[in-house]
Amino acid sequence: MSTEAYKVENHQYDVVIIGAGGAGLRVALGLAEAGLSVACVTKVFPTRSHTVAAQGGIAAALGNMGEDDWRYHFYDTVKGGDWLGDQDAIEYMCREAIPAVIELEHFGVPFSRTEDGHIYQRPFGGHTVRHGEGLAQRACAAADRTGHAILHTLYTQALKHKVKFFVEFFVTDLVTDPRSGDITGALAIDLSEGNVHYFRGHAVILATGGYGRTYLSCTSAHTCTGDGGGAALRAGIAMQDLEFVQFHPTGIYGAGCLITEGVRGEGGYLTNANGERFMERYAPHVKDLASRDVVSRAITIEIREGRGVGEHKDHVLLNLAHLGADTLHERLPGISETARIFAGVDVTKQPIPVLPTAHYCMGGIPTNLYGQVVQKVGTDNDHIVPGLFAIGEAACVSVHGANRLGTNSLLDLIVFGRAAAQRCAEIIKPDTPFAQLPTDVLDPALSRLDKLRHAKGGTPTAVLREKMQRTMQNDAAVFRTAETLKQGCERIDAVYAQFEDVHVSDPSLIWNSDLMETFELGNLLVQAVGTMHSAAARPETRGAHARDDFPERDDANWMKHTLVKVDHQGQCALDYRPVHTQPLDHEVETIPPAKRVY
Amino acid sequence: MAQFRLPQMSRVQKGNYVAAKPGAKKVRKFKIYRWDPEIGGNPRTDTFEVDVSDCAMVLDVLLKIKNTIDPTLTLRRSCREGVCGSCSMNINGENTLACTKALDDLREGQVNIYPLPHMPVIRDLVPDFSHFYAQYASIQPWLKTDSPVGSRERLQSPKDRKKLDGLYECILCACCTASCPSYWWNPDRFLGPAVLLQAYRWISDSRDEATGQRLDELDDPFKLYRCHAILNGTNTCPKGLNPSKAIAQIKRLIAERTI
Repeated sequence: MSTEAYKVENHQYDVVIIGAGGAGLRVALGLAEAGLSVACVTKVFPTRSHTVAAQGGIAAALGNMGEDDWRYHFYDTVKGGDWLGDQDAIEYMCREAIPAVIELEHFGVPFSRTEDGHIYQRPFGGHTVRHGEGLAQRACAAADRTGHAILHTLYTQALKHKVKFFVEFFVTDLVTDPRSGDITGALAIDLSEGNVHYFRGHAVILATGGYGRTYLSCTSAHTCTGDGGGAALRAGIAMQDLEFVQFHPTGIYGAGCLITEGVRGEGGYLTNANGERFMERYAPHVKDLASRDVVSRAITIEIREGRGVGEHKDHVLLNLAHLGADTLHERLPGISETARIFAGVDVTKQPIPVLPTAHYCMGGIPTNLYGQVVQKVGTDNDHIVPGLFAIGEAACVSVHGANRLGTNSLLDLIVFGRAAAQRCAEIIKPDTPFAQLPTDVLDPALSRLDKLRHAKGGTPTAVLREKMQRTMQNDAAVFRTAETLKQGCERIDAVYAQFEDVHVSDPSLIWNSDLMETFELGNLLVQAVGTMHSAAARPETRGAHARDDFPERDDANWMKHTLVKVDHQGQCALDYRPVHTQPLDHEVETIPPAKRVY
Repeated sequence: MAQFRLPQMSRVQKGNYVAAKPGAKKVRKFKIYRWDPEIGGNPRTDTFEVDVSDCAMVLDVLLKIKNTIDPTLTLRRSCREGVCGSCSMNINGENTLACTKALDDLREGQVNIYPLPHMPVIRDLVPDFSHFYAQYASIQPWLKTDSPVGSRERLQSPKDRKKLDGLYECILCACCTASCPSYWWNPDRFLGPAVLLQAYRWISDSRDEATGQRLDELDDPFKLYRCHAILNGTNTCPKGLNPSKAIAQIKRLIAERTI
């Protein structure tokens, strides 16, 4: 192919951000405040990003509704992550949570309020005081639309700071300088015009979200296709801890739409076919407010053992009618609407049918606590990749370890979005000139674009996507065994190989969503392969990675992060790096591994 | 003389007809607006017979068509649960979200699907929102305050916070704005219901200190007063919000300070 066939429009900014969800917007306005020129390139208008769907709250130990301390939050997060989280990063996040949430309020987020006018906080799974002695009220909430409230407010702040957005621009690949190997920017298609753009920056920040759509049934939006992770893997970056995919206990049966854990925070509870509050058996202390991996496993066991409800005994019920119409209306209006539309349920009278549903990727592109991408190079476990950042669900800092606590994801976006902006401001001087690049620097990205545009194989994108999703759903779900994972590896490798045979029907360039979905499938597939192989290699149960055949955690051998590279043939190379068990400073003590009981 | 018919190049022509696949269990007809700028020419409507036995919402049908019949069908979609505002379109004459519009709630027979009316079409069901977004930015929809803030949150009573309910939930889908006849006539100067609802959201926020300035900006024969309380926006809002009431409140506040 001739790359001259594509006229490329060039842009130069101090920093190029890919993605405009909570993390992308937070870093964007931080950079704008610091006086750096910034392009925010996003495939959807910012308020369409999946942050909008977050419901229950954002964690911060404000103590507005009772005793709390960020050190308790730190403990809960380490324990919730089943000791796979890096304790330095967790300390940073939990401590910075307080100013970060206050800052959100100052930006104008319409938080719900206590009687005395402070930010309202509700209980959430896994959040306790005094190391598990009681439930903490730590989730700062705007009714059950916290993500919406935060995302829209951050967008208005970005408008205020005149952030330059490139909306409905789809990034196809990162662009690497072939001489140095450094990331120099990204190639994107402008959907509305159909032309190609090269965004060059002294730093590229991937804020592209998770890859939840690798699964058939997920709470994730259609757009959660892990585009940053896919691009990073293709650029030779190793991703971390991909085997840890969280299943949210309460996706609506059938539709998969999220029903917030805040329902249980407000007093809702799960029951099986016998009407039994079964979580009392699995987590006698905090019951329905155990962490998500624990509750999802409990539901799965109930169903397996024949105590599921419905014609096929394949789901359970989330009871909330007893909370009363007033509380439901004031605190949980969003899910009341969702339950009515997608389950035909009047929540003031009936329970919601629910099922564990793929929800969140704990793994991602490994970073330090300033958002800088790190890799293992020789004996250096924390080698910084120059010019590349990752934040939000796309990243793995790792603060969530093997299982994320509810409300820590919104927090992750804000805290590390802010941190990445600060780090960029420290290391990049505004308007630093760019070095000359070789003329053929865009060729690899352009030839891949051209290849996919003209992909005329025998398998439509949608067919291949469904095959991938079924494979992940069957073989890498709540419970895994050596057998399902071995089979899963074979199957997902075959699906990956079949991508060579993909067929793009739409010949246009303007709003060619068939082509865009094919790029997205490419991104999903490479992470699906990484997830399955990382899972197959880990013979222990830790957080969201539950092995029937290895039911115990194995700290002696497996308290370490998985690193996976996937080459162009889909071959995985696995490696490991140690967990940071030491906190950042002396404000808090290391939490040594212990048995996880809720 | 006034022109009543659409210009020649805009008239919608009859397009392709795709019959149901053999063995389909529950067939329903969907007539869908199509226009591809790279092909040009007049827009057309394609009709698809679809087996809807595994579809609950209109979005399910559109994605089924895209996945199994015609991958070139172009639409926006993301959250599929009515919170992101991507899939707003005109379904059987009503502006709404495809993802929350249940097939069972539509009248019997053929379903007609068009892009949001009176917005420029980029392709098929994808309209150009640039002007809508620019109007949103024009009201400076961010918290304005001069008072210094401390290290803690500002206080706001539950009563004051309640004033934001019914306002902050807007998802910027533009269903209301694209349903408003006043907006159809004056989209360049009238802000339209969605943007005015957001203007009122900031006016209503007890933390905001720019109410006077915001009202000054809106006190304009076109920006605000092209609203003639037709109530289309309120009737069509897929989130059950009431932009007409918000606009009436803005008018009242302006009137009160004048009297």
